[in-house]
Amino acid sequence: MFSRAYRAAITVPPLIWVAAFLLVPYLLMFCYSFWSVSESGIIIHTWSLNNYHELLTKPVYWQTLLRSMWIAARVTFFSMLLGYPLAYFLSLHAGSRKDLYYQLVIIPLWVSYLVRAYAWKTILGTDGVMNTLLQYVHLTSHPLDFLLYSPFAVVLTLTHIYTPFTFLPIYASLEHIPRNLVEASHDLGATPQQTFWRVIFPLSIPGVLAGATFAFVLSLGDFLAPLLLGGPSGIMISNIVVSLFGAAYNWPLGAAISLCMLVLVLALIFFSERLEKKWSFS
Amino acid sequence: MSTSSSSSSIKTSRWLAFHALLVFAFLYLPIAILILYSFNGQGVGGFPPRNLTLSWYRILFSDAPIWDSVLNSLLVAAAAMLIALLFGIPAALAVDRANFPGKALFRRLVLLPLILPGIITGLSLLMLFRVAEVKLSLLTIILGHGTALISVATTKVFAGLQKLNRAQEEASLDLGATYWQTFWRITVPNLKLSIIGAALLIFTLSMDEIAVSFFLIGRDNTLPLEIWGRLRRGITPEINAISTIIFMFSLLTIVVWYRLRTRAEVTPEIGAELVETAGRS
Repeated sequence: MFSRAYRAAITVPPLIWVAAFLLVPYLLMFCYSFWSVSESGIIIHTWSLNNYHELLTKPVYWQTLLRSMWIAARVTFFSMLLGYPLAYFLSLHAGSRKDLYYQLVIIPLWVSYLVRAYAWKTILGTDGVMNTLLQYVHLTSHPLDFLLYSPFAVVLTLTHIYTPFTFLPIYASLEHIPRNLVEASHDLGATPQQTFWRVIFPLSIPGVLAGATFAFVLSLGDFLAPLLLGGPSGIMISNIVVSLFGAAYNWPLGAAISLCMLVLVLALIFFSERLEKKWSFS
Repeated sequence: MSTSSSSSSIKTSRWLAFHALLVFAFLYLPIAILILYSFNGQGVGGFPPRNLTLSWYRILFSDAPIWDSVLNSLLVAAAAMLIALLFGIPAALAVDRANFPGKALFRRLVLLPLILPGIITGLSLLMLFRVAEVKLSLLTIILGHGTALISVATTKVFAGLQKLNRAQEEASLDLGATYWQTFWRITVPNLKLSIIGAALLIFTLSMDEIAVSFFLIGRDNTLPLEIWGRLRRGITPEINAISTIIFMFSLLTIVVWYRLRTRAEVTPEIGAELVETAGRS
């Protein structure tokens, strides 16, 4: 029903824009990662694998990457621990208050990321709310200095930010479970535990995977929370990239790390989508 | 159901309610503290809060750089919204009703900025602007936000298109209307809610965005970057005050949006849509 001219009109402009501002930049990142930079700071356009060689041989890079993955894994785990039971409660136990509670989970998303990270900084700092509170009630006599500028602060803040994001897809997948399946399981004599583990949980796996991927990928690439709250021991891989693009001025090496991150992230998304398809029922 | 299992399910229910209470406390604690300390005369930390005052708001209102950055952010958000809708709506139509080589790749590319960490989008555009010798300014931020948020417009409008009945468009074309007329008189009015929803979301996400802007910033700051700059110089409750005001505005936007939305059906899928869209802030 749609003419060729109509289809061209809706296809060509977005295609050109996306090619120019997404495809070309990603390709440029790929190219940069094989180039190098001279001592006077000029980009040398000769192709080599030197940047990748440096990434593999200098332990600081892969150690930081591993530490970032470990932080991201903890964030994912704690977001799940908070998000899953919450979604389960809302979907199956909250009754008529469901919609209200749902809104309550969403509202914190409207406080910007930066502001929430900043709020945690004011809570966790040496003169922050937490330390002065603990001293006020005489639980401690000195400020606890592990609260701020530590991986703990980064994990806590990122968990705070990504819990609603893990909650949402889990909640959506729980809401999609036909209620008569749950009733049938009860009627056939299954205990609540059996119903949960054999009926409800397997059917919510696509939501769990979507939420986990989201929390992991976005916290893996984060650089603002570590800069604000992480201190030297909370440095993540993106912080290295930021410094390579800034003061350290080695764009090609920074591009190589970014590209590794991109590939890692795309692989994760790919596998998670495969698994989601496998576990989704229709 | 036996009595033992029903009493155990009441117990489970109580535990779940208690857990939910804790999660809500965790989610709202920093926000409550943020707002509370915007009135604290003694600075951003320190328990208990002392000398409650409005003076931080007074200082804020005469703080020209902050308001310049708010204006910049509003400008960026409005322009980014236009770009995202201008290309996102046709992109959704194209995915829905045209076949072209590279369509699968196109779909994936459009959605990538939603799921990728902002640093990758920001840096790849920075390299583009460096190679093209474009000076960094608000314009480069607009291009960055616009491009990244096409994904939001496309997902929202595509979801709307899935529910759209094509018979109306067919009838319009059969009755001799041009494609242009059909688009403006049939397609757009039918997608109104999706488009407004996308526009609001794009606007708020752009207002909050920092990871992409961080790399594309020129001389003029957006609000999040202005705040970022101040965080590094030492912090005062002025930041709490501006954040509180922005939060109140966002709440107002949600209320307006839900008023609009309740006229249409409300489905749990909004949640899934939001996940894909809200993560960029």
